[in-house]
Amino acid sequence: MIVAAGPVIPNFGQGSPCERSNGWFCTDWLSAHWGDTLQPALVQHVWLTLIAVGIGFAIALGLALAGFRWRLVDAQIGALADFLYTIPSLALFQLLVPFTGLTVTTVEIALVSYTLLVLYRNMVEGLRGVPADVLESARGMGLTRMQTFVRVELPLASPAILAGLRIATVSTISVATVAAFIIPKGLGEPIFIALDQNLFKTEILAAGGLAVALALFADASLALVGRAATPWSRA
Amino acid sequence: MIADAFTPHTFLDAFGFIHHHASFLLQKTGEHLELSLAALGIALVLALPLGLWLGHRHRGLFVALSVSSLGRALPSVVLIAFGLTILGVGFWNNTAALVVLAIPPILTNAYFAIAGADRDAVEAARGMGLTEQQILTRIELPLGLPLVVAGIRISAIFVIATATIAAIAGGGGLGEVIVNQASYGLAGVVAGSLCVSALAFIAAFSLSLILRAVSPRHGRVP
Repeated sequence: MIVAAGPVIPNFGQGSPCERSNGWFCTDWLSAHWGDTLQPALVQHVWLTLIAVGIGFAIALGLALAGFRWRLVDAQIGALADFLYTIPSLALFQLLVPFTGLTVTTVEIALVSYTLLVLYRNMVEGLRGVPADVLESARGMGLTRMQTFVRVELPLASPAILAGLRIATVSTISVATVAAFIIPKGLGEPIFIALDQNLFKTEILAAGGLAVALALFADASLALVGRAATPWSRA
Repeated sequence: MIADAFTPHTFLDAFGFIHHHASFLLQKTGEHLELSLAALGIALVLALPLGLWLGHRHRGLFVALSVSSLGRALPSVVLIAFGLTILGVGFWNNTAALVVLAIPPILTNAYFAIAGADRDAVEAARGMGLTEQQILTRIELPLGLPLVVAGIRISAIFVIATATIAAIAGGGGLGEVIVNQASYGLAGVVAGSLCVSALAFIAAFSLSLILRAVSPRHGRVP
Protein backbone atom coordinates (compact mmCIF):
# COMPACT_ATOMS: atom_id res chain seq x y z
CA MET A 1 0.00 0.00 0.00
CA ILE A 2 1.34 3.42 -0.90
CA VAL A 3 1.18 5.82 1.97
CA ALA A 4 1.07 9.60 1.45
CA ALA A 5 1.60 9.48 -2.29
CA GLY A 6 -0.62 11.73 -4.41
CA PRO A 7 -4.10 12.95 -3.58
CA VAL A 8 -6.24 10.84 -1.33
CA ILE A 9 -9.08 9.34 -3.32
CA PRO A 10 -12.10 8.97 -1.09
CA ASN A 11 -13.47 5.48 -0.99
CA PHE A 12 -17.24 5.67 -1.26
CA GLY A 13 -17.77 1.96 -1.03
CA GLN A 14 -16.86 1.63 2.61
CA GLY A 15 -20.29 1.73 4.19
CA SER A 16 -21.73 -1.28 5.90
CA PRO A 17 -23.61 -3.82 3.76
CA CYS A 18 -26.85 -2.29 5.01
CA GLU A 19 -25.73 1.19 3.91
CA ARG A 20 -24.54 0.00 0.52
CA SER A 21 -27.80 -1.77 -0.21
CA ASN A 22 -29.77 1.21 1.13
CA GLY A 23 -31.60 -0.83 3.74
CA TRP A 24 -34.66 0.46 5.55
CA PHE A 25 -32.94 1.39 8.77
CA CYS A 26 -29.19 0.99 9.27
CA THR A 27 -28.46 1.27 12.97
CA ASP A 28 -24.71 1.34 12.30
CA TRP A 29 -25.13 4.47 10.15
CA LEU A 30 -27.22 5.98 12.91
CA SER A 31 -24.59 5.44 15.60
CA ALA A 32 -21.78 6.60 13.27
CA HIS A 33 -23.52 9.80 12.17
CA TRP A 34 -25.58 10.81 15.17
CA GLY A 35 -22.77 13.06 16.38
CA ASP A 36 -21.79 14.71 13.10
CA THR A 37 -25.15 14.90 11.31
CA LEU A 38 -28.30 14.35 13.31
CA GLN A 39 -27.50 15.92 16.64
CA PRO A 40 -26.23 19.25 15.22
CA ALA A 41 -29.24 19.37 12.90
CA LEU A 42 -31.58 18.78 15.82
CA VAL A 43 -29.94 21.54 17.89
CA GLN A 44 -30.10 23.96 14.95
CA HIS A 45 -33.73 23.08 14.44
CA VAL A 46 -34.55 23.81 18.08
CA TRP A 47 -32.78 27.18 17.81
CA LEU A 48 -34.52 28.14 14.56
CA THR A 49 -37.84 27.36 16.23
CA LEU A 50 -37.12 29.09 19.55
CA ILE A 51 -35.99 32.32 17.87
CA ALA A 52 -38.96 32.35 15.49
CA VAL A 53 -41.57 31.63 18.16
CA GLY A 54 -39.95 34.06 20.62
CA ILE A 55 -39.88 36.98 18.19
CA GLY A 56 -43.28 36.02 16.77
CA PHE A 57 -44.76 35.98 20.28
CA ALA A 58 -43.40 39.44 21.11
CA ILE A 59 -44.66 40.95 17.86
CA ALA A 60 -48.04 39.22 18.10
CA LEU A 61 -48.48 40.44 21.68
CA GLY A 62 -47.83 44.03 20.63
CA LEU A 63 -50.21 43.70 17.69
CA ALA A 64 -52.83 41.97 19.83
CA LEU A 65 -52.78 44.81 22.37
CA ALA A 66 -53.38 47.25 19.52
CA GLY A 67 -56.03 45.07 17.90
CA PHE A 68 -57.77 44.50 21.23
CA ARG A 69 -57.94 48.24 21.85
CA TRP A 70 -58.97 49.36 18.37
CA ARG A 71 -61.34 47.18 16.34
CA LEU A 72 -60.42 48.93 13.11
CA VAL A 73 -56.75 47.95 13.54
CA ASP A 74 -57.86 44.39 14.30
CA ALA A 75 -59.54 43.99 10.89
CA GLN A 76 -56.44 45.28 9.08
CA ILE A 77 -53.99 43.09 11.00
CA GLY A 78 -56.25 40.07 10.61
CA ALA A 79 -56.46 40.54 6.83
CA LEU A 80 -52.69 40.99 6.53
CA ALA A 81 -51.92 37.91 8.63
CA ASP A 82 -54.47 35.94 6.58
CA PHE A 83 -52.74 37.02 3.39
CA LEU A 84 -49.27 36.08 4.69
CA TYR A 85 -50.58 32.63 5.45
CA THR A 86 -51.55 31.99 1.82
CA ILE A 87 -47.94 32.40 0.62
CA PRO A 88 -46.33 28.95 0.40
CA SER A 89 -43.25 28.60 2.62
CA LEU A 90 -40.89 27.62 -0.19
CA ALA A 91 -42.10 30.63 -2.21
CA LEU A 92 -41.82 33.01 0.75
CA PHE A 93 -38.25 31.90 1.44
CA GLN A 94 -37.36 32.47 -2.21
CA LEU A 95 -39.15 35.82 -2.40
CA LEU A 96 -37.20 37.09 0.61
CA VAL A 97 -33.83 36.00 -0.74
CA PRO A 98 -33.42 39.07 -3.05
CA PHE A 99 -33.68 41.28 0.06
CA THR A 100 -31.90 39.42 2.83
CA GLY A 101 -29.84 36.82 0.98
CA LEU A 102 -29.20 33.19 1.88
CA THR A 103 -29.13 33.90 5.58
CA VAL A 104 -30.73 32.86 8.83
CA THR A 105 -32.49 36.24 8.77
CA THR A 106 -34.40 35.22 5.64
CA VAL A 107 -35.52 32.00 7.26
CA GLU A 108 -36.48 33.69 10.52
CA ILE A 109 -38.51 36.43 8.80
CA ALA A 110 -40.53 33.75 7.02
CA LEU A 111 -40.95 31.60 10.14
CA VAL A 112 -41.97 34.59 12.27
CA SER A 113 -44.55 35.63 9.66
CA TYR A 114 -46.19 32.22 9.88
CA THR A 115 -46.42 32.29 13.68
CA LEU A 116 -48.14 35.69 13.66
CA LEU A 117 -51.56 34.62 12.36
CA VAL A 118 -52.17 31.89 14.94
CA LEU A 119 -50.65 33.78 17.88
CA TYR A 120 -52.42 37.05 17.07
CA ARG A 121 -55.85 35.43 16.55
CA ASN A 122 -55.66 33.44 19.77
CA MET A 123 -54.45 36.41 21.83
CA VAL A 124 -57.24 38.69 20.62
CA GLU A 125 -59.91 35.97 20.96
CA GLY A 126 -58.64 35.16 24.46
CA LEU A 127 -58.74 38.79 25.57
CA ARG A 128 -62.17 39.31 24.02
CA GLY A 129 -63.45 36.17 25.71
CA VAL A 130 -63.14 37.62 29.22
CA PRO A 131 -66.75 37.91 30.48
CA ALA A 132 -68.13 41.43 30.86
CA ASP A 133 -69.33 40.83 34.43
CA VAL A 134 -65.81 39.82 35.49
CA LEU A 135 -64.49 43.14 34.14
CA GLU A 136 -67.37 44.90 35.87
CA SER A 137 -66.46 43.35 39.23
CA ALA A 138 -62.80 44.27 38.69
CA ARG A 139 -63.82 47.86 38.16
CA GLY A 140 -66.11 47.65 41.18
CA MET A 141 -63.17 46.49 43.29
CA GLY A 142 -61.37 49.66 42.30
CA LEU A 143 -58.75 48.17 39.98
CA THR A 144 -57.22 50.56 37.46
CA ARG A 145 -57.29 49.82 33.72
CA MET A 146 -53.71 48.54 33.91
CA GLN A 147 -54.34 46.39 36.97
CA THR A 148 -57.43 44.91 35.34
CA PHE A 149 -55.38 43.98 32.30
CA VAL A 150 -52.47 42.40 34.16
CA ARG A 151 -54.41 40.69 36.96
CA VAL A 152 -57.72 39.81 35.32
CA GLU A 153 -57.72 39.87 31.53
CA LEU A 154 -54.27 38.40 30.86
CA PRO A 155 -54.63 35.41 33.24
CA LEU A 156 -58.10 34.62 31.91
CA ALA A 157 -56.86 34.84 28.33
CA SER A 158 -53.81 32.68 29.00
CA PRO A 159 -55.35 29.28 28.08
CA ALA A 160 -56.26 30.63 24.62
CA ILE A 161 -52.83 32.27 24.26
CA LEU A 162 -51.14 29.03 25.23
CA ALA A 163 -53.24 27.04 22.74
CA GLY A 164 -52.02 29.46 20.06
CA LEU A 165 -48.44 29.08 21.25
CA ARG A 166 -48.68 25.29 20.95
CA ILE A 167 -50.01 25.44 17.40
CA ALA A 168 -47.45 28.08 16.41
CA THR A 169 -44.55 26.09 17.86
CA VAL A 170 -45.55 22.82 16.22
CA SER A 171 -46.13 24.41 12.82
CA THR A 172 -42.83 26.33 13.06
CA ILE A 173 -40.98 23.06 13.70
CA SER A 174 -42.73 21.69 10.63
CA VAL A 175 -41.99 24.67 8.34
CA ALA A 176 -38.39 24.93 9.60
CA THR A 177 -37.61 21.70 7.71
CA VAL A 178 -38.12 23.67 4.49
CA ALA A 179 -35.50 26.19 5.65
CA ALA A 180 -32.78 23.76 4.58
CA PHE A 181 -33.61 24.79 1.05
CA ILE A 182 -32.10 28.21 1.79
CA ILE A 183 -29.50 27.56 4.50
CA PRO A 184 -27.82 24.26 5.44
CA LYS A 185 -29.38 24.18 8.90
CA GLY A 186 -32.04 22.20 10.71
CA LEU A 187 -33.43 18.73 10.27
CA GLY A 188 -34.41 19.46 6.68
CA GLU A 189 -30.73 19.46 5.71
CA PRO A 190 -30.03 15.72 6.23
CA ILE A 191 -33.32 14.98 4.44
CA PHE A 192 -32.37 17.07 1.40
CA ILE A 193 -28.92 15.49 1.36
CA ALA A 194 -30.39 11.98 1.55
CA LEU A 195 -32.83 12.81 -1.26
CA ASP A 196 -29.85 13.87 -3.37
CA GLN A 197 -27.86 10.76 -2.46
CA ASN A 198 -30.02 8.23 -4.20
CA LEU A 199 -32.74 8.38 -1.52
CA PHE A 200 -30.74 7.13 1.44
CA LYS A 201 -33.64 5.73 3.48
CA THR A 202 -32.01 5.56 6.91
CA GLU A 203 -31.16 9.25 6.92
CA ILE A 204 -34.64 10.28 5.70
CA LEU A 205 -36.40 8.15 8.29
CA ALA A 206 -34.09 9.18 11.14
CA ALA A 207 -34.19 12.94 10.44
CA GLY A 208 -37.91 12.86 9.62
CA GLY A 209 -38.65 10.86 12.74
CA LEU A 210 -36.66 13.34 14.83
CA ALA A 211 -38.64 16.26 13.38
CA VAL A 212 -41.98 14.60 14.18
CA ALA A 213 -40.76 13.58 17.65
CA LEU A 214 -39.55 17.14 18.32
CA ALA A 215 -42.94 18.55 17.33
CA LEU A 216 -44.87 16.09 19.51
CA PHE A 217 -42.47 16.65 22.42
CA ALA A 218 -42.78 20.44 22.16
CA ASP A 219 -46.57 20.17 22.02
CA ALA A 220 -46.73 17.91 25.08
CA SER A 221 -44.29 20.00 27.14
CA LEU A 222 -46.14 23.24 26.38
CA ALA A 223 -49.39 21.54 27.38
CA LEU A 224 -47.82 20.50 30.69
CA VAL A 225 -46.43 24.00 31.29
CA GLY A 226 -49.87 25.38 30.59
CA ARG A 227 -51.52 23.04 33.08
CA ALA A 228 -49.02 24.01 35.75
CA ALA A 229 -49.31 27.74 35.04
CA THR A 230 -53.10 27.89 34.96
CA PRO A 231 -54.34 25.67 37.80
CA TRP A 232 -57.78 27.35 37.68
CA SER A 233 -58.45 26.13 34.13
CA ARG A 234 -58.46 22.52 35.28
CA ALA A 235 -62.01 21.28 35.42
CA MET B 1 -27.86 26.42 -5.33
CA ILE B 2 -28.67 30.08 -5.85
CA ALA B 3 -25.86 32.08 -7.36
CA ASP B 4 -27.29 35.20 -9.00
CA ALA B 5 -26.92 38.63 -7.48
CA PHE B 6 -29.96 39.67 -5.49
CA THR B 7 -31.44 43.04 -6.20
CA PRO B 8 -34.97 44.33 -5.93
CA HIS B 9 -34.75 44.53 -9.75
CA THR B 10 -35.17 40.79 -9.67
CA PHE B 11 -38.90 41.39 -9.31
CA LEU B 12 -38.97 43.39 -12.53
CA ASP B 13 -37.08 40.57 -14.23
CA ALA B 14 -39.60 38.13 -12.77
CA PHE B 15 -42.48 40.01 -14.39
CA GLY B 16 -40.50 39.95 -17.61
CA PHE B 17 -40.13 36.18 -17.21
CA ILE B 18 -43.87 35.81 -16.66
CA HIS B 19 -44.52 37.89 -19.78
CA HIS B 20 -42.11 35.94 -21.99
CA HIS B 21 -42.86 32.46 -20.70
CA ALA B 22 -46.59 32.81 -20.11
CA SER B 23 -47.57 29.55 -21.82
CA PHE B 24 -44.84 27.57 -20.00
CA LEU B 25 -45.90 28.96 -16.61
CA LEU B 26 -49.53 28.31 -17.47
CA GLN B 27 -48.69 24.68 -18.21
CA LYS B 28 -46.81 24.36 -14.89
CA THR B 29 -49.71 26.04 -13.09
CA GLY B 30 -52.00 23.49 -14.71
CA GLU B 31 -49.86 20.62 -13.42
CA HIS B 32 -49.80 22.24 -10.00
CA LEU B 33 -53.56 22.57 -9.98
CA GLU B 34 -54.02 18.99 -11.16
CA LEU B 35 -51.85 17.61 -8.36
CA SER B 36 -53.53 19.82 -5.74
CA LEU B 37 -57.07 19.05 -6.90
CA ALA B 38 -56.40 15.30 -7.04
CA ALA B 39 -55.09 15.34 -3.47
CA LEU B 40 -57.87 17.60 -2.20
CA GLY B 41 -60.53 15.53 -3.95
CA ILE B 42 -59.30 12.23 -2.49
CA ALA B 43 -58.95 13.81 0.97
CA LEU B 44 -62.51 15.16 0.75
CA VAL B 45 -63.93 11.76 -0.24
CA LEU B 46 -62.07 10.06 2.62
CA ALA B 47 -62.31 12.60 5.42
CA LEU B 48 -65.57 14.48 4.94
CA PRO B 49 -68.05 11.57 5.34
CA LEU B 50 -66.01 10.18 8.24
CA GLY B 51 -65.87 13.54 10.03
CA LEU B 52 -69.59 14.19 9.49
CA TRP B 53 -70.56 10.71 10.66
CA LEU B 54 -68.32 10.78 13.76
CA GLY B 55 -69.60 14.25 14.58
CA HIS B 56 -73.22 13.18 14.20
CA ARG B 57 -72.63 10.21 16.48
CA HIS B 58 -70.65 12.34 18.95
CA ARG B 59 -68.06 9.60 18.82
CA GLY B 60 -64.33 9.58 18.23
CA LEU B 61 -63.42 12.91 19.84
CA PHE B 62 -60.05 11.38 20.60
CA VAL B 63 -59.59 10.38 16.95
CA ALA B 64 -60.48 13.87 15.73
CA LEU B 65 -58.11 15.55 18.20
CA SER B 66 -55.16 13.24 17.59
CA VAL B 67 -55.54 13.37 13.82
CA SER B 68 -55.44 17.15 13.99
CA SER B 69 -52.38 17.35 16.24
CA LEU B 70 -50.53 14.61 14.37
CA GLY B 71 -51.35 16.32 11.09
CA ARG B 72 -49.76 19.50 12.36
CA ALA B 73 -46.69 17.69 13.65
CA LEU B 74 -45.93 15.99 10.32
CA PRO B 75 -43.63 18.28 8.35
CA SER B 76 -44.52 18.30 4.66
CA VAL B 77 -40.88 17.78 3.63
CA VAL B 78 -40.68 14.72 5.87
CA LEU B 79 -43.93 13.31 4.55
CA ILE B 80 -42.93 13.73 0.92
CA ALA B 81 -39.51 12.22 1.64
CA PHE B 82 -41.20 9.28 3.41
CA GLY B 83 -43.59 8.85 0.49
CA LEU B 84 -40.64 8.88 -1.86
CA THR B 85 -38.85 6.10 0.00
CA ILE B 86 -41.97 3.97 0.23
CA LEU B 87 -43.76 4.59 -3.08
CA GLY B 88 -40.91 5.76 -5.29
CA VAL B 89 -40.89 8.76 -7.62
CA GLY B 90 -44.07 9.81 -9.34
CA PHE B 91 -47.46 11.46 -9.35
CA TRP B 92 -49.01 9.06 -6.83
CA ASN B 93 -46.25 9.37 -4.28
CA ASN B 94 -46.87 13.12 -4.13
CA THR B 95 -50.62 12.75 -4.25
CA ALA B 96 -50.53 10.29 -1.34
CA ALA B 97 -48.33 12.59 0.74
CA LEU B 98 -50.58 15.57 0.01
CA VAL B 99 -53.71 13.57 0.83
CA VAL B 100 -52.28 12.74 4.25
CA LEU B 101 -51.61 16.46 4.82
CA ALA B 102 -55.03 17.52 3.55
CA ILE B 103 -57.08 15.15 5.70
CA PRO B 104 -56.58 16.56 9.25
CA PRO B 105 -58.14 20.04 8.81
CA ILE B 106 -61.09 18.62 6.83
CA LEU B 107 -61.73 15.77 9.27
CA THR B 108 -61.34 17.82 12.46
CA ASN B 109 -63.41 20.76 11.25
CA ALA B 110 -66.19 18.50 9.92
CA TYR B 111 -66.26 16.67 13.25
CA PHE B 112 -66.48 19.79 15.39
CA ALA B 113 -68.92 21.48 12.99
CA ILE B 114 -71.43 18.66 13.33
CA ALA B 115 -70.74 17.72 16.97
CA GLY B 116 -71.08 21.37 17.94
CA ALA B 117 -74.50 21.84 16.30
CA ASP B 118 -77.13 23.21 18.68
CA ARG B 119 -78.34 20.23 20.75
CA ASP B 120 -81.79 21.75 21.25
CA ALA B 121 -82.28 22.11 17.50
CA VAL B 122 -81.22 18.49 16.97
CA GLU B 123 -83.55 17.25 19.73
CA ALA B 124 -86.43 19.30 18.34
CA ALA B 125 -85.83 17.77 14.91
CA ARG B 126 -85.73 14.29 16.39
CA GLY B 127 -88.97 15.03 18.22
CA MET B 128 -90.55 16.10 14.93
CA GLY B 129 -89.79 12.63 13.58
CA LEU B 130 -86.86 13.38 11.26
CA THR B 131 -84.65 10.40 10.49
CA GLU B 132 -81.01 10.46 11.56
CA GLN B 133 -79.93 11.14 7.98
CA GLN B 134 -82.39 14.01 7.69
CA ILE B 135 -81.12 15.45 10.96
CA LEU B 136 -77.58 15.37 9.58
CA THR B 137 -78.36 16.86 6.18
CA ARG B 138 -81.12 19.33 7.16
CA ILE B 139 -80.17 20.49 10.65
CA GLU B 140 -76.56 19.77 11.59
CA LEU B 141 -74.94 20.30 8.19
CA PRO B 142 -76.53 23.71 7.47
CA LEU B 143 -75.63 24.85 11.00
CA GLY B 144 -72.05 23.62 10.78
CA LEU B 145 -71.39 24.38 7.12
CA PRO B 146 -69.24 27.50 7.70
CA LEU B 147 -66.85 25.48 9.86
CA VAL B 148 -66.77 22.63 7.31
CA VAL B 149 -65.93 25.07 4.49
CA ALA B 150 -63.30 26.74 6.69
CA GLY B 151 -61.60 23.35 7.10
CA ILE B 152 -61.63 22.77 3.35
CA ARG B 153 -60.16 26.25 2.86
CA ILE B 154 -57.27 25.54 5.24
CA SER B 155 -56.62 22.24 3.47
CA ALA B 156 -56.71 23.81 0.01
CA ILE B 157 -54.18 26.52 0.92
CA PHE B 158 -52.01 23.92 2.61
CA VAL B 159 -52.08 21.54 -0.34
CA ILE B 160 -51.32 24.22 -2.94
CA ALA B 161 -48.42 25.46 -0.83
CA THR B 162 -47.06 21.98 -0.18
CA ALA B 163 -47.42 20.82 -3.78
CA THR B 164 -44.47 23.18 -4.36
CA ILE B 165 -42.29 21.01 -2.14
CA ALA B 166 -43.44 17.94 -4.09
CA ALA B 167 -41.11 19.17 -6.83
CA ILE B 168 -38.14 17.87 -4.84
CA ALA B 169 -39.67 14.45 -5.48
CA GLY B 170 -40.06 15.01 -9.22
CA GLY B 171 -43.69 16.00 -8.88
CA GLY B 172 -43.79 18.66 -11.59
CA GLY B 173 -45.89 21.75 -11.10
CA LEU B 174 -44.68 25.22 -10.22
CA GLY B 175 -42.29 23.87 -7.60
CA GLU B 176 -40.20 22.47 -10.43
CA VAL B 177 -39.53 26.03 -11.58
CA ILE B 178 -38.91 27.28 -8.05
CA VAL B 179 -36.36 24.64 -7.09
CA ASN B 180 -34.51 24.76 -10.40
CA GLN B 181 -32.66 28.01 -10.54
CA ALA B 182 -29.92 26.48 -12.66
CA SER B 183 -32.37 26.27 -15.57
CA TYR B 184 -34.74 29.16 -15.04
CA GLY B 185 -32.61 31.77 -13.29
CA LEU B 186 -33.56 33.86 -10.28
CA ALA B 187 -36.22 35.64 -12.34
CA GLY B 188 -37.85 32.28 -13.05
CA VAL B 189 -37.70 31.29 -9.39
CA VAL B 190 -39.37 34.51 -8.29
CA ALA B 191 -41.91 34.26 -11.14
CA GLY B 192 -42.79 30.70 -10.06
CA SER B 193 -43.16 31.81 -6.45
CA LEU B 194 -45.46 34.63 -7.51
CA CYS B 195 -47.60 32.16 -9.49
CA VAL B 196 -47.93 29.78 -6.51
CA SER B 197 -48.83 32.65 -4.20
CA ALA B 198 -51.41 33.85 -6.70
CA LEU B 199 -52.87 30.35 -6.99
CA ALA B 200 -53.08 29.93 -3.21
CA PHE B 201 -54.58 33.38 -2.86
CA ILE B 202 -57.23 32.75 -5.55
CA ALA B 203 -58.16 29.44 -3.88
CA ALA B 204 -58.35 31.10 -0.45
CA PHE B 205 -60.37 33.99 -1.81
CA SER B 206 -62.90 31.86 -3.69
CA LEU B 207 -63.41 29.58 -0.69
CA SER B 208 -63.85 32.69 1.47
CA LEU B 209 -66.65 33.78 -0.87
CA ILE B 210 -68.29 30.36 -0.48
CA LEU B 211 -67.76 30.64 3.27
CA ARG B 212 -69.50 34.00 3.31
CA ALA B 213 -72.35 32.64 1.19
CA VAL B 214 -73.00 29.72 3.55
CA SER B 215 -72.55 31.69 6.77
CA PRO B 216 -75.72 32.80 8.51
CA ARG B 217 -76.30 36.54 8.18
CA HIS B 218 -76.31 38.21 11.54
CA GLY B 219 -79.51 39.80 12.66
CA ARG B 220 -81.49 38.91 9.56
CA VAL B 221 -84.25 36.33 9.57
CA PRO B 222 -84.41 34.50 6.24
